[in-house]
Amino acid sequence: MKRHPLAALAQVRREWLLLAIIAVIVLAVGARAPVFLTWRNALDIGNDSAILAILVMGQMLVLLTRSIDLSVASNLALTGMLCALAGQAWPGIPLVVLIGMACAIGAGLGFINGWLIMRFSLPSIVVTLGTLSIYRGAVFVSSDGAWVSDHEIHPLIKGLPRETLFGLPILIWVAALVVALAFWLLHWRREGRELYAYGGNPSAALYAGIPVQHRLVMAYTLSGMLAGLAGLLWVGRYSIAFSELASGYELTVIAACVIGGVSIGGGVGTIGGAVLGVLFIGVVNGALPVIQVSPFWQQAIAGAVILVSVVLNATADRKPGRQILDKSINPQERDPI
Amino acid sequence: MKAFDTWERVLLALIVLMFVGFGFGIEGFFTPYALADSTYNFSEKALIALAMALLLVAGEIDLSIAATMALASLAMGLAMQAGASLPVMLLAAVGTGALCGALNGWLVTRWMLPSIVVTIGTLSLYRGIAQVVLGDQAVTGYPETLTNWGNGSIGDLIGQPWLIVPIQFGVMLVMAIGVGLFLHATVHGRRVYAIGANPIASRFSGISVDRYRLLLFVFAGVMAALAAILLTGRIGSTRPNLAMGWELDAITIVILGGVAIEGGRGSIVGVILAAVLLGSFSFALGMLNVSGIVMSMLVGTLLIVAMVLPRWLKAFRRSGAAGPKLT
Repeated sequence: MKRHPLAALAQVRREWLLLAIIAVIVLAVGARAPVFLTWRNALDIGNDSAILAILVMGQMLVLLTRSIDLSVASNLALTGMLCALAGQAWPGIPLVVLIGMACAIGAGLGFINGWLIMRFSLPSIVVTLGTLSIYRGAVFVSSDGAWVSDHEIHPLIKGLPRETLFGLPILIWVAALVVALAFWLLHWRREGRELYAYGGNPSAALYAGIPVQHRLVMAYTLSGMLAGLAGLLWVGRYSIAFSELASGYELTVIAACVIGGVSIGGGVGTIGGAVLGVLFIGVVNGALPVIQVSPFWQQAIAGAVILVSVVLNATADRKPGRQILDKSINPQERDPI
Repeated sequence: MKAFDTWERVLLALIVLMFVGFGFGIEGFFTPYALADSTYNFSEKALIALAMALLLVAGEIDLSIAATMALASLAMGLAMQAGASLPVMLLAAVGTGALCGALNGWLVTRWMLPSIVVTIGTLSLYRGIAQVVLGDQAVTGYPETLTNWGNGSIGDLIGQPWLIVPIQFGVMLVMAIGVGLFLHATVHGRRVYAIGANPIASRFSGISVDRYRLLLFVFAGVMAALAAILLTGRIGSTRPNLAMGWELDAITIVILGGVAIEGGRGSIVGVILAAVLLGSFSFALGMLNVSGIVMSMLVGTLLIVAMVLPRWLKAFRRSGAAGPKLT
């Protein structure tokens, strides 16, 4: 087999490669603008990346099962809006109830996705495309199109992302906890390993007795739950809730996953890679204003990086291309390729 | 693959039902001018939906198609600012569209990448380039001819004022017939179905699968440019958020039109009927003062119902002893 010139590069473990790229960016930007290397800026980037990290953990679980969840940003907006409205309606609501509510609503919305996909053997991309519109519309309906602005947001919601614990903002702690739990699930729990098994080979997983339907619904419910939690944090951090909240953010989430090496083809991806993917987007977005590049570059750079990383991935394992849109939902109908 | 099958009949019945219902329910809906007006709601989207339908039938997808529109419109605007004449502007738009499509196709075929990942990446890239070039500015001041193409009727064009069919609708019909004949009446169309149904078997039976894939992506880019020309003419300006989110609308039209997302099935007749159905539906809701975001909510529901209903009926019919099929 002819070795591709990029193959040598791709043999290096991609997490290290990504880490090196991030380090180079940080040092290069820091050399031009020393303010970038301060602790305060690191905290800013961490804070900005925290919500993305929470969403990426959920999306990763779904991607591992060869599915995709395009509705996360709408789920985030709907849950955030409902929490903001609840805080407005009951000023005495305790924080625990708010958090519980955010997780429950998010999980419910995620469950609907998973159930539709599982029960009717529907392609995940189309179902979540539909619920993307539906949940987004529900935000508008629930709020009558009105904004919940800064002074109307419950002080507890606003206060939550601003708390600090041991010198670090609570947002970073929450993200770290979510990442740790995801690591625990994917490495030490049977359910997590079964997600990899299912994504790697759905038919084999089915024959091995893995309850694939339950795992699929579980992945979607967890993704939804994390999106709900992120919604509460998002509304608190930016202290505003409106219909277009986080519109289009699902693409950033998927971009972070892809950059981090989580394969959309299923069964491949590590927590470390995904976190680095988040960090990459956070560092690039944080660096642009510092080196006085227009923030309009953000999206173009993210796109270029996605393309480069998938091409690098493709050279790393040169197996024949697997079609993403084949009948992957139903393991029994899958052609043995 | 039959071009006019059960699903197309269902869509046609729905359209008739909707027109009768809204015709009685909304004053002024069933007038020639309102109907001509309603076609603006779907003509441009139907153009990109046609290309999307071909891609989906071949088992591919192009999420970057709306971003390609923005870039094609931008190229046209830049050509105008550089003092180019109208034909050169159009050439710039079509060339950019074809180039965007070719990049998608090259990445998919040369690197054997799944098209959904590639086009999520190029979606960001194309939209991002438009944002970098334009910032928060807009290109305006397009020539009047272009505005007329976007807003005028065929009657104005040929000097028959009574013919109030919008030019856009005419373009859409011509393209629909062209794409329909290609898919349903040529050997190339049969091959597109074959590729979607089983790319490996198609390759073994001598179809140059990758060439078809590449050309379909280029075609999607060209159609996006065509839609961009009409849209830019209609609204008279180019902004970085031009046609934002239209890729989802196009996919909704195609799926509602009965094309299977896993490839290998679907018809152009269904796609056009779905475009008419969705477009007139949202036009009627607009006349009832329903807000756009609620409309998209209904469209999303429609999309899921359109997929669930046939499967549910199938499971229901079979459910005597076996119960619904294991996933």
